[in-house]
Amino acid sequence: MAAEAPGGSPGLAHHFDSYEQQKEAATLGMWLFIVQEILFFGGLFFAYALFRWKFPVAFNHASRHLDVTLGTFNTAVLIGSSLTVALAVRSAQLAKPRRIVGYLLGTAALGLVFLGVKAYEYHHKWVEHLVPGPDFRFDGPGAENARIFFSLYFGMTGLHALHMVVGIGILLFLLRPAWQGKYTPENHNMIEGFGLYWHFVDIIWIFLFPLLYLAGRHHQL
Amino acid sequence: MSTNGHPVSSVRTLVAVFLSLMVLTALTTGIAFVNLGAGSTAVALAIAIAKASLVVWFFMNVRFNTRLIPVVIVGGLFFLLVLFVETFADYFSRGWYGHGR
Amino acid sequence: MSDPRTAATDPPGYAPVSYLNETWGLKSWLLTLDHKRIAILYLISVSFYFALGGLMAALIRVELATPQGDLVSPDWYNRLFTMHGVMMIFFFLIPAVPGVLGNFLLPLMIGAKDVAFPKLNLLSWYLYNIGALFAFWALLHGGVDTGWTFYTPLSTAYTNTHVIAVGLGIFINGFSSILAGVNFMVTIHRMRAPGQGWFRLPLFVWGMYATSLIQVLGTPVLAITILLLAAERLFHIGVFDPAYGGDPVLFQHFFWFYSHPAVYIMILPAMGVISEIVAAFARKRIFGYKFVAFASVGIATLGFLVWAHHMFVAGISIYAGAVFSILTMFVAVPSAVKVFNWTATLYKGSVLWETPMLYALGFIGVFVIGGLTGTMLATLGLDAHIHDTYFLVAHFHYVMVGSAVMGYLGGIHFWWPKLVGRLYPAFLSKFAAIVVFIGFNVTFFPQFLLGYLGMPRRYHTYPPEFQTLNVMSSAGATILGVGYLIPMLYLLWSLKWGPKASANPWGAVGLEWETTSPPPVHNFATSPVVTTEAYDYAARAARAEVPVGG
Repeated sequence: MAAEAPGGSPGLAHHFDSYEQQKEAATLGMWLFIVQEILFFGGLFFAYALFRWKFPVAFNHASRHLDVTLGTFNTAVLIGSSLTVALAVRSAQLAKPRRIVGYLLGTAALGLVFLGVKAYEYHHKWVEHLVPGPDFRFDGPGAENARIFFSLYFGMTGLHALHMVVGIGILLFLLRPAWQGKYTPENHNMIEGFGLYWHFVDIIWIFLFPLLYLAGRHHQL
Repeated sequence: MSTNGHPVSSVRTLVAVFLSLMVLTALTTGIAFVNLGAGSTAVALAIAIAKASLVVWFFMNVRFNTRLIPVVIVGGLFFLLVLFVETFADYFSRGWYGHGR
Repeated sequence: MSDPRTAATDPPGYAPVSYLNETWGLKSWLLTLDHKRIAILYLISVSFYFALGGLMAALIRVELATPQGDLVSPDWYNRLFTMHGVMMIFFFLIPAVPGVLGNFLLPLMIGAKDVAFPKLNLLSWYLYNIGALFAFWALLHGGVDTGWTFYTPLSTAYTNTHVIAVGLGIFINGFSSILAGVNFMVTIHRMRAPGQGWFRLPLFVWGMYATSLIQVLGTPVLAITILLLAAERLFHIGVFDPAYGGDPVLFQHFFWFYSHPAVYIMILPAMGVISEIVAAFARKRIFGYKFVAFASVGIATLGFLVWAHHMFVAGISIYAGAVFSILTMFVAVPSAVKVFNWTATLYKGSVLWETPMLYALGFIGVFVIGGLTGTMLATLGLDAHIHDTYFLVAHFHYVMVGSAVMGYLGGIHFWWPKLVGRLYPAFLSKFAAIVVFIGFNVTFFPQFLLGYLGMPRRYHTYPPEFQTLNVMSSAGATILGVGYLIPMLYLLWSLKWGPKASANPWGAVGLEWETTSPPPVHNFATSPVVTTEAYDYAARAARAEVPVGG
């Protein structure tokens, strides 16, 4: 973090006048970043909405190939990790370094569980020839259109998973300074910012899960 | 509870929100198997929006932020809405007057 | 305490030791966190890519001087105009005014010591260069031939050129743009000087805020578009391919959702510059300050609603076309408001015919033509005839070159004494400004006529009856090139031999003029407090203050 300014304000960057100003800047900056991420994923959500509107039968059939139990489980896991990261932020606000580390590790563990389940699901799709590419084979109505469903499935969940990997990576960098007590109630912008990012990744999944996994489940196919 | 005048969420609140999110998750999966016809998608989206709102308001502490933050969020969502509405306007109206889909 | 190196003959407010030379060495520049040094780094990079893009323009105009395709093959011509567009749009126009002038001036204009996130600022410059290097690599290996618009299915299924390399470069550059936008928005929201409410901000700051809005909201859609393009090209995902139920026009929707607002990224900063120059050289506050401020944000907002006016003849429904056409007429309104306000500012102002003012006046005239021809293109019936003709080429060059580049040059000339502490030759700079203006109009006005007469864009041959106008255009391009070369030479010359500048050589009003030329590393000796409106000329004249001039 920034060198100590004369007058003893550790962690206050020289171009800010107060911890308050620095915190407000960090919060606004992170939210603007999240807004652009919303627009980023939003493009894919639009493509999904468009093609689901165009090819409802193919999309419903294709969606059946996704495992609802695993998807629900993963949703619960990710929400759990949002709880742990919220508790980590709370621990920083209360100057409890050991707890910050504990909750962050819990977040990482749940994140890894999520990714493990996704890896399993992806492997399954690969074996079933449902990965768009030269080996793609779909038995069911609207086979060509189902290709688009799986392209969007892999694109959206893959991009989401990539964001989670980056998140876990960043989390690891936060562990040492957290343990050393660098995150104080006045200045724990890194933890707050990370928390915002992680929650956002959770929110993306909150929308991905019903749209991808639960399309047309009530139909008799 | 607060430190330095900054409000802090209680563990009770956070766990309550977590449990609500779990209930809503179970609900969204369960209700997917109920025949609501065209309403299925709307219900699924409504539940997702409710869940996201809980995360934003309580987990992301937006309830403690200045008014600028909700403005930023709504502003961003507005432009996403523009992408959806205006592009769909093209695709919906292509079928009119004999244009191809 | 005055610096012992200050000569007795130095003008007041000149600083022999400043952000430029307080520390030395390559590392102190390449690892700098000072927004002013980062601005200079951007100046060097964008100048390089401007020269590259200009070289390709020169080759295009040489080819088009004759009706036959005798300089390059059709395939190579496609690569030339594609790389010209890519270089100029992504690696010059979008970064130039924000990266150079925005970076340098924003903290100064709000009395801050730096931007909100200095490390992110440096990262933006590196990301820009890394992205540009991908495109440069592709250029050296034959470039891309799809047009800078990368329409499918040519870009996804048929071309053998380096689409993904250039796409990756643009993607990385996009991050630079997004992070810069976030940085500037937070800076403006959270780091204004005490007393500087939003309506006391210089209009350049409003322009940069509006630009940053677009960068943050629009660029991510470009990013996802490039990823989808690459996925379609590599894996045939099908979203743009009718064989799988996809739609090539969907690519165009995604592409233009960003690329239309992107043109406002290119013009809004330049408009901000014009507001500053007109106020300074008419010695008057900008007429209708709030209208201009709201117009900036209005352009940014409305600019997101109109993208499919690029697609009227692409296969969208005629009903959608009508909606987008009407919305496009709306976006012309705030632009016109600004032109009226600048003109009203000039009325009964004390006009000083300095070089920056020449660029600003040129901007206003040229922008009116560019803007009006935009509304012509927005008219559905007319567009069916002139879309993708030289009429379109002329329109966008009038706003992007005539307006945006002249705005950039005007800004460089206005703030040069502040950036480097030196003045440039007055006569030569005014001469060059006039050469640029004449060269620009001779290059691009004939193109309106060519387009109206039916000459399509992106063709390297044309019917012989179009030759006269094409030769005029190519001759104009030569004049324009000379006009650009002259400032490059005297600005470099001024670094060593130009007269030293005082703190406020133009006698302008603004926080940036209240610190030394060049500024110290931390911008201000003491943090300013703002108690007056932005363009305080009338009050200053009433106090009979003599501006510090040199």
